[in-house]
Amino acid sequence: MKSGVKFTNIFKKQIFIPLAAIILLALINLIVDPSFFKIKLSDNMDGFKVLSGHLITILDSGSELAILAIGMTLVTAASGGQDISVGATMAIAGSVVVRMIGLTYGAEDNNIMEYAMPLIIAFLIAVVVSMLFGAFNGALVSFFKIQPMVATLILFTAGRSIARWINLGKNVVVSNPSFKYAGVFLPGVPVATPIIITIVCIIIIMLVLKFTNLGLYTQTVGINERSARLNGLNPKMIKMLAFIILGICVAVAAMIQVSRYQTINYSSFGKDIEMDAILAVALGGNALSGGKFSMMSSILGAYAYQFLTTTLLTFNAPPDALPAYKAGVVILLVVFSAPTVRDKISKLFKQLKNNKKSGEAKEVA
Amino acid sequence: MKKKILAVLMSVAMIIGLTACSSSENTETAAAADGGSKLIKVGIINNDPNESGYRTANVNDLKNTFTEANGFDASFAYSMKNDEQIASAKKFIQDEVDYLLLSAADTAGWDSVLTDAKNAGIKVILFDRTIDAPEDLYVASVVSDMEKEGQTAVDWLKAQGLSEYNIIHIQGAMGTAAQKGRSGAVDAAVASDGWNIVTQQTGDWDANKAQQIVQAVIDSGESFNVIYAENDNMAQGAVAALDKNNIAHGVGKDVIVMGFDCNKWALEELLKQNWNYDGQCNPFQSSYLLDIINQLEAGQTLSQKVIIMDEKGFDAATITQADVDTYGI
Amino acid sequence: MTENTVLEMRGICKEFPGVKALQGVDFTLNKGEIHALMGENGAGKSTLIKVLTGVYEKDGGDIFISGKDKPIMIKSPQDAQNNGISTVYQEITLCPNLSVAENMYIGRGNNVIQNWKKMNAAANKILQDLDIPAKATQQLGSCSIAVQQMVAIARAVDMDCKVLILDEPTSSLDEQEVEKLFVLMRDLKKKGVGIIFVTHFLEQVYEVCDKITVLRDGKLVGAYDIEELPRVQLVSKMLGKEMDDLSDVVRGYVPNVDTELTPIVFEAKDLVSNAGISPFDFVIRKGEVNGFTGLLGSGRSECVRAIFGADRVLGGTVMKDEKPAKIRKPIDAMKLKMAYLPEDRKMDGIIADLSVRENIIIALQVLKGFFRPFSKAEQEKFADEYIKLLEIKTASRETPIKALSGGNQQKVILARWLLTNPDYLILDEPTRGIDIGTKVEIQRLVVKLASKGMAVTFISSETDEMLRTCSRLIVMRDRKVVGELKGEDLTQNKVMSTIAGGDK
Repeated sequence: MKSGVKFTNIFKKQIFIPLAAIILLALINLIVDPSFFKIKLSDNMDGFKVLSGHLITILDSGSELAILAIGMTLVTAASGGQDISVGATMAIAGSVVVRMIGLTYGAEDNNIMEYAMPLIIAFLIAVVVSMLFGAFNGALVSFFKIQPMVATLILFTAGRSIARWINLGKNVVVSNPSFKYAGVFLPGVPVATPIIITIVCIIIIMLVLKFTNLGLYTQTVGINERSARLNGLNPKMIKMLAFIILGICVAVAAMIQVSRYQTINYSSFGKDIEMDAILAVALGGNALSGGKFSMMSSILGAYAYQFLTTTLLTFNAPPDALPAYKAGVVILLVVFSAPTVRDKISKLFKQLKNNKKSGEAKEVA
Repeated sequence: MKKKILAVLMSVAMIIGLTACSSSENTETAAAADGGSKLIKVGIINNDPNESGYRTANVNDLKNTFTEANGFDASFAYSMKNDEQIASAKKFIQDEVDYLLLSAADTAGWDSVLTDAKNAGIKVILFDRTIDAPEDLYVASVVSDMEKEGQTAVDWLKAQGLSEYNIIHIQGAMGTAAQKGRSGAVDAAVASDGWNIVTQQTGDWDANKAQQIVQAVIDSGESFNVIYAENDNMAQGAVAALDKNNIAHGVGKDVIVMGFDCNKWALEELLKQNWNYDGQCNPFQSSYLLDIINQLEAGQTLSQKVIIMDEKGFDAATITQADVDTYGI
Repeated sequence: MTENTVLEMRGICKEFPGVKALQGVDFTLNKGEIHALMGENGAGKSTLIKVLTGVYEKDGGDIFISGKDKPIMIKSPQDAQNNGISTVYQEITLCPNLSVAENMYIGRGNNVIQNWKKMNAAANKILQDLDIPAKATQQLGSCSIAVQQMVAIARAVDMDCKVLILDEPTSSLDEQEVEKLFVLMRDLKKKGVGIIFVTHFLEQVYEVCDKITVLRDGKLVGAYDIEELPRVQLVSKMLGKEMDDLSDVVRGYVPNVDTELTPIVFEAKDLVSNAGISPFDFVIRKGEVNGFTGLLGSGRSECVRAIFGADRVLGGTVMKDEKPAKIRKPIDAMKLKMAYLPEDRKMDGIIADLSVRENIIIALQVLKGFFRPFSKAEQEKFADEYIKLLEIKTASRETPIKALSGGNQQKVILARWLLTNPDYLILDEPTRGIDIGTKVEIQRLVVKLASKGMAVTFISSETDEMLRTCSRLIVMRDRKVVGELKGEDLTQNKVMSTIAGGDK
């Protein structure tokens, strides 16, 4: 009986939506081709065993999105708006990393400094730069009270030019073999590094949410800024903080992606990824108008979206119709994530159960 | 719920709407000094140099050619939006330029402004991209032939004489001229030579998307021996997936890798024999343009209206360091 | 249904998860009758109104309206309107960023295209007829809350309604405005409109109503003619227990703070904020309850906001516990053991989507610091303690606060501040829009806290509440402090005359 109650309640839980999406996609794949779930252990280039298979690929390819979803969730919750400059700032952060460790192609002018910095220093510089851009967005939103989408539009339009400018418009390639570690495999580790980095990020954010008041404060500010202030909070700083954390996430995601390809294309690097991140937050059942959030749901939302992408790729969906397929599935998911629809489903189940119960009662009688 | 959808729609609308307002056109005048009446006045309308490496090379090439030293008073306008480009064109007509060089953002909408130019006695030369307008509105066009690029690449692939062709075809952003041209040749060969397409997906010119496409094929356990990527970025993404899964590629290896655009780093990969083929999309149009203007200034008539640029395809087996330095962008 | 009946509700049931909000409630409204719907918070008044207006769908029961034989189905506010049922809610539900006229006409009827000129002219005429100080083209948000409320009534009145529901319409109006409203109500009554009047102000019920229906715990207690039911009985029916005269509940505490020996808790000199008040001096001693009184908009809230640092302080000096202090932001005041329950519960008080537990612990948590969150167990302990102490009616401590009734929300906010263990507590309109039982509880609590040594500043629109609880009243008029009353001067008459400035 008790478990029955829990069963109907799960439809009201926020995490149900992305979870249901993942389960649904898994079921479809199971029916179409069970080998989708096969995971292999095979040798890689450097001669050690690594895991591969569609599921591993989903975890691997979804890394950047999951990391960005963390920051986007906080920004959404605190400011009631979204940061649309994520892709562009990712290009900036990636450009910084490459500049700091890269080799420049552009023989005609040799006035470009080649810093050849250690990986970790380059990464930290990218983090700082990315945090500064986050703070810039945050300042526009909190101090100048510009709507987040309008505020971040500035970097959305200018970011890629900045990214190009950082490397003076040159193509830069990183030849340092250890640079690949962040985007591919660490020697001797059978799991792709992005997956490990993402797990670390998730653990960190979960610890932060547990051992600080980030969650409570962010939600309070997002729900009622005036009340938050009267309870001693500084809403401006909390919003800033959210944007700065997103900045860190952006730098990590940029590091992963730039390391995957050892170079950066300023115009296509991280293109449209902000929309995917926003979608991940929405798929997680979080209100895009801010306030209450569930971090785990957002992260699962990111993987649900990646699951969808990979599924469509394996199904060989016709390329010109791919966006339409994606949109269709997303609409379905978003509709099912609406609280009213979930309430209805939950009611329906309750009714079914009651009918069953009354049926049983009759039988007994 | 409504709010959510609304928010998403709003965001999309905002981006479209506001980028339209905010990205103002950049106009710069290269030769401000009055060098006498000898200078030929040209107005050059191009796409944003930040669009791609190709465009950067293109813009630099034009800037380096149409200088005062070469006898030109050149003004440049950059925009990726048609209406802004048309506005720039109107301004150049008012400035009474001698030549209007145009790489149009969109094919449509140029009729009236080009008629104005014609009436003002301004000669219009199209470069890089054609437009949907009556031919008499411009004197010449210098273009890449994307079909030819694709055909050159496919001919090269045919010449490899593989026993079977299992191709992963990574397309560019759907509907672009480059995609249509480069895909067309492959589709034709599939029909005529019975090549097998393992998968055909769009990578939107992006390395990351291309990587996922190839990874999905590998995860599904399907075999393939050719990657035909419609630009260098996507070829690179594909190679990243191959490397990750320990699949040998390049000259004499399991998988043939083909790319387009001739980025310098991509040609380096060819030189290292990691890739097999790279098709050129020639951004260096200024020499052709210069040639046309010189002919017209000398009072000659042009032998042909549409000038198709010479475009090469590089084979890893024959490429030299000199090629990399000359043709890499 | 008799011929005279305009609305009849029979056996209405409504259930929310964990709460039976209405259990078989009957309600009958006659033509030309002003009918008070009374009950404590959570008694089911608001739910009944919302069922009638289509905000909620009823789970059982029938609704009849004059002119229709069959029970009517009300599934949306639009249905209610079509059946001639109009409502003015307790919380203003208009759009502050639209003009007054737009607010009066939008969403009515089916004409998509509005003739703006005509609409504004019509709106102006109604506003004039009802003596409402607003222009049709004015943005609603720029009007005072009272005027916004009256616009809402004007909108409802203009919809040719058979049944007009006024849900706490007077809670943000001052006495003159209330009087105006009553004139209007009597006028409508003569025209045969049936009015359902929901209020917590007993005086008003007895001034204007013909009948009273009392609800308690989602059930009907009874319907009475006004003459049959003296106040004391009404209250006892609402509370479900016999009660002596209300005023006795709180009386009995006379704070002994007149002596100069009692330590000063808080003192301000020439304090002025950006909210447009004149600089004022203020002092409060340990164990004292004082209050700001004055008409709506006289600046009483702005004074306490300046004290707490809620508005930007422009000048003046403050002393806390006889030491100089700087209060620039609320957190500064909180660190000095001060607490402030704001006037606007919905906008400034509750954090709607968060649970009761989170709403209770938030202020103390902020004081404790970003990096030192309370454990779940500690939070639950705090929440349970105060839910019990203040008798907060909630399904659980994890219920979102927005699901609670107004009075219980207020108790949660009160719990939030009591949890910070302040020595100076500011309560700005803690009793507005909540039921009598809770009002009395809060007043009793104030006196109890003071007797334990807490300094309390208490603001209420109801002068008798303040007279019962405060030992000193600071009187405000036109954003200035105009007098101070204590001891024998604390009478209704004296307060009124000081507010009105009749002496001069």
